[in-house]
Amino acid sequence: MPVFALVDCNNFYASCEKLFNPALQNIPVVVLSNNDGCVVARSAEVKALGIPMGVPWFKIQEEAKRHGIVAFSSNYSLYADLSNRVVEVLSQFSPNVEVYSIDESFLEFSGFERIGYTSHGIEIRQRVADWLGLAVCVGIGATKTLAKLANHCAKKQLAGMDGVCDFTTMDMESLTHLFERIDVGEVWGVGRKISMRLAEMKIQTVRQLRDSDAESIRSQFSVVLERTVRELRGLSCLNLEEVAPARQQIMSSRSFGQLVYDRSDLEEAVAAYISRAAEKLRGQESLAGALQVYIRTNIFNPEAPQYQKSVTVPLPEATADSRTLTAWGLRVLRRIYRPGYGYHKAGIALMDIVPRANQQFSLLAPTGLVSARSESLMDAMDSINKRYGRGTLKLAAEGINNQWRMRRGHLSPRFTTAWDEIPQVRAR
Amino acid sequence: MPELSITKGMNSSQGVFVPLPGAPKLALPLGGVKVSAGFPSPAADYEEARLDINEYLVRNPVATFFFAVEGDSMQGAEIFDGDILVVDKSVRPRHGHIVVAFVDGERLVKRLYRRNGRVALIAENPSYPALDIREEQEMVVWGVVVGKFKRLGA
Repeated sequence: MPVFALVDCNNFYASCEKLFNPALQNIPVVVLSNNDGCVVARSAEVKALGIPMGVPWFKIQEEAKRHGIVAFSSNYSLYADLSNRVVEVLSQFSPNVEVYSIDESFLEFSGFERIGYTSHGIEIRQRVADWLGLAVCVGIGATKTLAKLANHCAKKQLAGMDGVCDFTTMDMESLTHLFERIDVGEVWGVGRKISMRLAEMKIQTVRQLRDSDAESIRSQFSVVLERTVRELRGLSCLNLEEVAPARQQIMSSRSFGQLVYDRSDLEEAVAAYISRAAEKLRGQESLAGALQVYIRTNIFNPEAPQYQKSVTVPLPEATADSRTLTAWGLRVLRRIYRPGYGYHKAGIALMDIVPRANQQFSLLAPTGLVSARSESLMDAMDSINKRYGRGTLKLAAEGINNQWRMRRGHLSPRFTTAWDEIPQVRAR
Repeated sequence: MPELSITKGMNSSQGVFVPLPGAPKLALPLGGVKVSAGFPSPAADYEEARLDINEYLVRNPVATFFFAVEGDSMQGAEIFDGDILVVDKSVRPRHGHIVVAFVDGERLVKRLYRRNGRVALIAENPSYPALDIREEQEMVVWGVVVGKFKRLGA
């Protein structure tokens, strides 16, 4: 019988901010989305104050002042490093780990029966706390869906103890009793829309979904939800996906820190987004066959004149060369740019992605030598940037000042990824 | 000389080596030695990996963090202003260890004293008194200092 565990970091972004900052130990902390817009992570203290996820930061200024809430901009460099460290620790506990998101991983526990799944979970929790100072919850079950639900129970202290909930040690009766008390919306893959439709069919709890007729769920919803029902019953239908599938589309877009009017600023932004996306494209050893560029004004400000445009161009030959992609991107941008508007957002997408090994050469475009030289130039660029930091070597089109960059007014230092930002420690 | 590389994950049954397609390459440290047409290098069989300072200073990379020292209270332990500390969070802090600790909203580096019911952070400089941790006071021993380094401006 397969057994899975889902390990999830508690309040991950907020915990990362607290880790290096001794002044925040019992202080309510929130982390804000890009451009310091909305609350995307809350520490336990903030949750206790009843401040909801996703609320715009400016709307809770009053409350924040009253309770002394400290806000941070998203420090992705810090979160990514700590997330990688967590995964590295988890890999010591299972040969098969699926990194599901920045703060969640599935582990295969099959075969660990002799150690005891629960004690394995307790040990994971202890080691991540000792080695990284981060709290995690562990949910254990016979399927991925059950492991995820067990994790929810561990986090909400509905079952299990000390942040570990192991469904495999619970008998059918107590599981049924537990599932009666959990809203169906908490099940992995059951979103708000599906919950609402399920409610119309009088399916409101996890138990009701588990005991529903799988066939009719399939006909009224989808094979996916039918699989969920079977997984809730303990029949494993989903395996670990250890290698993320190569992406079919790579997007890069941001809202600007302030409205952008000049074409030259938009050009810099588009060039920078393309460079970033092209780097990812090369990282997965692929080529893009088409490129999309879009720009738009601030749709949340109906007073201002509105304009938005998106254009996709097929490329004469699939490529991963930042220079070629940027040249096309700028050509498209110049075609869609209209002066006189305040632009709020720009984005690009690389599409028709194919593995580099399957490259189709064009009949008309020059190939062979040119493509080999382009490849080695891009390799050199990527390794320099990897070694000396992102943006060390970039295309001139990306610009230098970057007035349009994200507003991140509450950014903490990159404590673990930049020598000049490591934490100071006082010897006084 | 062409770069020599060996493919990981070979199938070695019956002494037949079949490289797996697309397997990662493992570089061997053979780059520097020129093949001589006359006498073979007597050192060829003694090839070893070059010394790596990470390996010397960092025992457990996943749990290792760096902190910059500010101040002179630990100079008796040869920790000086501007040094970078190697802090290993996986080492269990014990009496006598040099530690990074959080006390009263500050990050401190001190020697941990924990004997006969007394818990204190001790400086290694006579001009700084010991910091006794009172019962109601909160102290987090963040990690154990296992090394230090500094770049000189030469």
